[in-house]
Amino acid sequence: MPERIGVFVCHCGQNIAGSVDVEKVRDEAAKLAGVVHAEDYVFMCSDPGQELIRRAIHEKNLDGIVVAACSPFLHKETWQNIAKNTGLNPYLVEVANIREWVAWPHRNDKEKATEKAIKMVEAAVAKLRSDVALQPIKIPVKKSVLVIGGGIAGIQAALDIAEAGLKVYLVEKDPSIGGKMAQLSETFPTLDCPQCILTPKMTELAHHRNATLLTYSEIEDVTGSAGNFKVKVRRKATYVNWDKCVGCGSCMQVCPVEVPSEYEAGIANRKAIYIPFPQAVPNKAVIDPMSCLRLKYGKGCGLCAKECPAGAISFKNNERFEELEVGAIIVATGLEVMDASNFAEYGHGKYKDVITGLQFERLLAPSGPTQGRVIRPSDGKVPKEVAFIQCVGSRDPENWNPYCSKICCMYTAKQALLYKEAVPDGQAYVFYIDIRADGKGYEEFIHRAMSEHKIVYIRGKVGKVYEEEGKLKVVAVDTLTGKKVEVNADLVVLATAAVPSPGVKELAKKLRIQLSEGGWLKEAHLKLRPVETLTTGVYIAGAAQYPKDITDTVAQASGAAAKAISFLSKGYVEREPLVAKVDEDICSGCGNCVALCPYGAVELTDERVAKVDEALCEGCGACTAACTAGAISLVNYDKRQLFDLISTLVRR
Amino acid sequence: MKFPYYPGCTLKAQAKNFEISALTTCAYLGIELEELDKWNCCGTVYSLATDDLMKQVAPIRVLIRAMEKGQNELVTLCAMCYNTLARANLLVRADEEKMEKLNSFMDDEPDYDGSVRVLHLLQVLKDIIGFEIIMQKVVRPLKGLRVSPYYGCLLIRPKGVAIDDPRDPRILEDLLSALGTDVIGTPERATCCGSYLTIDRKEVVADNAYRIIMASVERGAELLVTSCPLCFFNLDSRQKEAKKLHPEMKQVPIVYFTQLMALAFGLEDSLGFESHYVDPRPVLKEKGLLGGS
Repeated sequence: MPERIGVFVCHCGQNIAGSVDVEKVRDEAAKLAGVVHAEDYVFMCSDPGQELIRRAIHEKNLDGIVVAACSPFLHKETWQNIAKNTGLNPYLVEVANIREWVAWPHRNDKEKATEKAIKMVEAAVAKLRSDVALQPIKIPVKKSVLVIGGGIAGIQAALDIAEAGLKVYLVEKDPSIGGKMAQLSETFPTLDCPQCILTPKMTELAHHRNATLLTYSEIEDVTGSAGNFKVKVRRKATYVNWDKCVGCGSCMQVCPVEVPSEYEAGIANRKAIYIPFPQAVPNKAVIDPMSCLRLKYGKGCGLCAKECPAGAISFKNNERFEELEVGAIIVATGLEVMDASNFAEYGHGKYKDVITGLQFERLLAPSGPTQGRVIRPSDGKVPKEVAFIQCVGSRDPENWNPYCSKICCMYTAKQALLYKEAVPDGQAYVFYIDIRADGKGYEEFIHRAMSEHKIVYIRGKVGKVYEEEGKLKVVAVDTLTGKKVEVNADLVVLATAAVPSPGVKELAKKLRIQLSEGGWLKEAHLKLRPVETLTTGVYIAGAAQYPKDITDTVAQASGAAAKAISFLSKGYVEREPLVAKVDEDICSGCGNCVALCPYGAVELTDERVAKVDEALCEGCGACTAACTAGAISLVNYDKRQLFDLISTLVRR
Repeated sequence: MKFPYYPGCTLKAQAKNFEISALTTCAYLGIELEELDKWNCCGTVYSLATDDLMKQVAPIRVLIRAMEKGQNELVTLCAMCYNTLARANLLVRADEEKMEKLNSFMDDEPDYDGSVRVLHLLQVLKDIIGFEIIMQKVVRPLKGLRVSPYYGCLLIRPKGVAIDDPRDPRILEDLLSALGTDVIGTPERATCCGSYLTIDRKEVVADNAYRIIMASVERGAELLVTSCPLCFFNLDSRQKEAKKLHPEMKQVPIVYFTQLMALAFGLEDSLGFESHYVDPRPVLKEKGLLGGS
């Protein structure tokens, strides 16, 4: 219980000092009982600021510190590290949040703000005086990682982890890994084809001795906590025995049912039994129960089973559940593109030759249904004039998404360029709001598209697209000249907005991680902790966080992998010792707390008293509020401390 | 069914045919439009001045008249009145301070409380009567009549007061289908008619009218349908100037949707086609839809 307390007041530049009289706060703090040192500084978190705290702890022999600065979410750990490195117990550090709770909301009243800041410092000192020194709880971890999502982000993260010698499980909802990247024609700005740079990674991962692929699977349930997660995985029914299936594809030859292919973005069909694409990993067939005649009607057809040389097809519902134990989780669920049917003004759904960017990728791809020949869907003719419309559903806060989808400027330029290479006498027009080309080699790529390939860029949003005399009339205003422009196109390509993958909301709930505006996964700190979440042990990578291209996705995936590896490398996790404790003499064994604990951390012993499992307790305090006898309390947050704190704050 | 009704100035002068056909068809459908006892100008064009509340006094005063009726609904016919009243309503509903300022300025009036819902007649027809019912009430289906709906801007923009999806409206198309016409869609159905440029830059309006009308003619339309008296004037009367600019132009009659309803309901006495610049009667007679053929 500290009796030689130091108080450190931060100016945060003008952030705090602009609306709080920091010198007065310091002087008032110095007068408080138990305080032997008070000091202020312009940036307490900077190196000289930290040094100043360290020196004071040494010179004044402090046994507890209060830092009056920003939110403890931002820098409490910083102050605790200073304490730790100076020999002071890190649990004898308190933060008075005089930035977010004082300076910012009370910008216009310096006098009142200062008064409030002084009170908050006083309350923090009062609490600190009855804090006790604690040691973190150490719990051994599982040296394995679960990666959710098998796109390029998940593949890269899983490979890095496997290479580091940790066991990795990759769960993917589709039958094959590869994600959106596997659907692309070529990738900007280098024009590598995914077949050359992605499929080798897919194969490498599939054969890695530390990696296990669980495709066509989804996360059912997640329990436990950092270092020791228990994950229940639903292996969806394939109706095909994968141990026997060799991926020969005979079944697909004989299947009579055709439905739009997800891999081909709907511009070509697949069968009811299918392997998504020839380079699929694993190269195994699944039956789509919604379209298979045998599964729909319970009898008949069965052609595929007769044809299968391996005898792998049984039509048996082979859904099953698997339990994994992992120390960390990386979420890499990627993005989806908005359905163009939302955009009636551009004629999608009405005109066959209005397609999405992803569909155009399949038309350009050598692996696509046209072997890379650019022909339009309506009549199979080569389009001589193609209009690309950007920001379809992006940067449109009135109707759709306020954000920039980030990848469209570049992929549109790439598509226009590839189109010009495929159809040299064709003309490409790009309608844009701004061109955002902020990556290595990107600006140069755009210029190449404009100058070498003579792609016409028109700054202006398209108002409408309609058919006239066999052409698609694209009407827009050129905002640089103020004139109306009309393009007679044979094909219109819509760069529809990127949106989070469906189902990510439910997944986030299971993982107890947060979502940002728009449904993207929320990072712990946008700038400084971009791959972490606020749930320890759960990391994020790729476009699930926000739309990003392959370059950024791969970098972030390796970052998330490194974070997971370093988290598990110590072999144990240190948990905050701020957990519930039971006074066994008072506990009546009613069991209210047991029923209430959301983490299953409390149980009744044979002696009929409550006992807290420190490895599971999150310190939420639900049990302390429910305990009628007052027998259960949170360490360093017991009732007396909270009353002290509150009475200090409300005193006039 | 009775609704408080705000006509606005044009319906008492230039657009008498709109009002007569609307009141008669409504009566036929069992809707009584009861004109407000005393009413003033709607304010014409909705003012975008953010610091001049004076411009909102007229529309809010109209809404107070409606509030006094105690029915919380006000039906309009003129698209501009609809737009101006609905936007003024939106403004004060969202901004308590402005509402208070206006109320204290009009201290001779009861305070407006934001309770009135401004409706366009098309909304009443679609949401309260239903196009199914309207179809059943048709006595003379307008079979074979090829009609282009023309929205203009005021019914569907901005989004906050749009009576239908601004990017893909259906309400006029659905009504016209219910009346039995062949609906001819055109890409110019929401193109600007030129609005008040009709006063000092007739040639701009004439050119817009030409483009809008020709888009329909090329697709085989024989008539254009509108709900806005200003659009009506610009598309109908300005065909005179348009024809001078484009001598090859085919002249096409413009009608209000209520006139076609009256025709389909057999209410021939209230059509008011006499005042049109391009007379719709010849084409209707030719189609056998109008008596005297």
